[in-house]
Amino acid sequence: MIGLDVGRLAAVARKEAREYRRTPFIIGAMAVLPLIFMINPVITIFAIGATVKAATVSKAVGATFLVLLVVPAVIPASIAAYSVVGERDQGTLEPLLTTPVRRGEILIGKALVAAVPAVGIAYILFALAVILAHFFAGNPTVAATLTEGSHILAQVLFAPLLAIWSIGVGTAISARSSDVRVAQQLGTLASLPPLAVTALVSFQIVPLGVWTAVGFGLGLLVIDIAMWRVVLAMFDRERLITGSRAVKTTGVGPGDRVAPGEVRRIQA
Amino acid sequence: MAKEQLTDGAAPALVVSHLTKRFGDRTAFEDVSFEVAHGEVFGFLGPNGAGKTTTVRTLGTLIAPTSGSAVVAGIPLSAAAGAEIRQLISIMPENPGLYLRLTVQENLELFAGLYSVPSPRARIAGVLETVNMAPRARDLCGRLSKGLRQRVGLARALLSDPVVMFLDEPTSGLDPVASRDVHDLIAGLRERGVTVFLTTHRLEEAERLCDRVAILNTRLLAVGRPEELRTQLFRSSLVVETAARLPAPEAIFTPEMGVEKWTPDGDATYVLSVADPKMAAPRVTRALVAAGADVLSIAVSRHSLEDVYLELVEADPEAEP
Ligand SMILES: Nc1ncnc2c1ncn2[C@@H]1O[C@H](COP(=O)(O)OP(=O)(O)O)[C@@H](O)[C@H]1O
Ligand SMILES: [Mg+2]
Repeated sequence: MIGLDVGRLAAVARKEAREYRRTPFIIGAMAVLPLIFMINPVITIFAIGATVKAATVSKAVGATFLVLLVVPAVIPASIAAYSVVGERDQGTLEPLLTTPVRRGEILIGKALVAAVPAVGIAYILFALAVILAHFFAGNPTVAATLTEGSHILAQVLFAPLLAIWSIGVGTAISARSSDVRVAQQLGTLASLPPLAVTALVSFQIVPLGVWTAVGFGLGLLVIDIAMWRVVLAMFDRERLITGSRAVKTTGVGPGDRVAPGEVRRIQA
Repeated sequence: MAKEQLTDGAAPALVVSHLTKRFGDRTAFEDVSFEVAHGEVFGFLGPNGAGKTTTVRTLGTLIAPTSGSAVVAGIPLSAAAGAEIRQLISIMPENPGLYLRLTVQENLELFAGLYSVPSPRARIAGVLETVNMAPRARDLCGRLSKGLRQRVGLARALLSDPVVMFLDEPTSGLDPVASRDVHDLIAGLRERGVTVFLTTHRLEEAERLCDRVAILNTRLLAVGRPEELRTQLFRSSLVVETAARLPAPEAIFTPEMGVEKWTPDGDATYVLSVADPKMAAPRVTRALVAAGADVLSIAVSRHSLEDVYLELVEADPEAEP
């Protein structure tokens, strides 16, 4: 396979992290989205009284479960969707590609920096929900359901697998786009389909057990691998560079040869 | 080390033969052949759309040629050799493409990492010194002027101590002061023996900085020293100034004297077309003295590279769309 050099991979990841730290929309998304996605769990924990039936409780917890998994799916999608077209926009893609860096190093370096905070935030939110439920839930079934082995397993497995999908599809869209906004909107949309898996579980269409969690996990892994094969095939230097002509506005169009007289004017 | 052997060897830094690149049915450049020696500053001159950038991208392994072959820094150009070639060269594209949200230092750290530069800190400090940007290392690139960004781009291209450095229109869009800065830096590189492939549409730039130039307009129109190109294309002229009008110039300016054609230019000045000024000048002088004329001056007039360029591009049928 492609040999990866840890030094080059680290250089890409480090640069990526430095850029994100100074990009307001990313910092904003990382700060605001988790707050929004905590609203539903907090309501579930505090508003469900002690007398509510067990079936209703487990429905509410299921919804919470789904909402918490939107975080690792959606946050990295919009970051990944920015990653290639953003560089193209800045004119940094070509210099990057002139170096000995392998495409795997660019892709993994960028993916890591998008995935790690998203999955980290997802885990922290889930832990927070469990802790809140344990100490403050009006109904004891809430905490019991949240800390069921199959629920924890599903959170731990699904969060990174969903993030890997989102980053893959976001990067693929980004590599083909000429417009940052469009790429981000498409990327966010395309990150959603795998959430259907979690919806099946959340709405109890498929009961969640350890083996269903593992099974769905494997399913996600398969589509992740397929998506990343596509991304790797798309990430071709010539395509990335000549594709950029759609965005470039240097003013030299088809057959734009300057007449000799004009050369003198450029000189003057 | 490996790089030393490459530079010491007799093999040229670049060998390009019959290289062609087409995008669909549009030809970016066609049947281009030339060689660049180590330590040479090679100018690649041509109007906009001539195929300069596409040539740089092809030699830099960013895009694959349609046909033809090349040896870059001693390695035959091929898809498989891409990474190996890129390790030995550096390219500064038309737009330096710095990460504007990162500092100068951080931009260079990234590229030092990508080229696996040994002791990156010292090396970065060194290249910043070379381009006189050491005091600005902590500045965000977004805050730098275009000229300063270009200097950072040059520093970045120097980081890996490349066997060949490709500079694509390094002064385009710069004001005269910033351009002169970049020219001085390139002249400095030349002195240090760095091999530079410089594309430009600015003639005075090529003439000032380059050991040899190639003139491209999709096809290669000429390659040589600026000096050679001039004589190759134009007969030289002798400008003769005498104290008074000659009574019978046609008797003096004859083919036997090496003069092919002559025209008066004002009262007592004559412009002679000659094949070889070194042979014609003394003969003409003797003939004038023998004819009793008082010679004020005899000078060889040279055509500028601009004349060569305009002549070639104008004569090229593809120049007119
Ligand atoms: N990616 C591309 N797709 C199609 N045509 C291209 C592409 N890149 C360059 N060209 C064409 O190739 C020719 C040479 O372009 P270029 O190498 O950019 O010229 P220069 O750098 O000398 O101005 C132009 O006619 C240009 O329109
Ligand atoms: Mg160009």
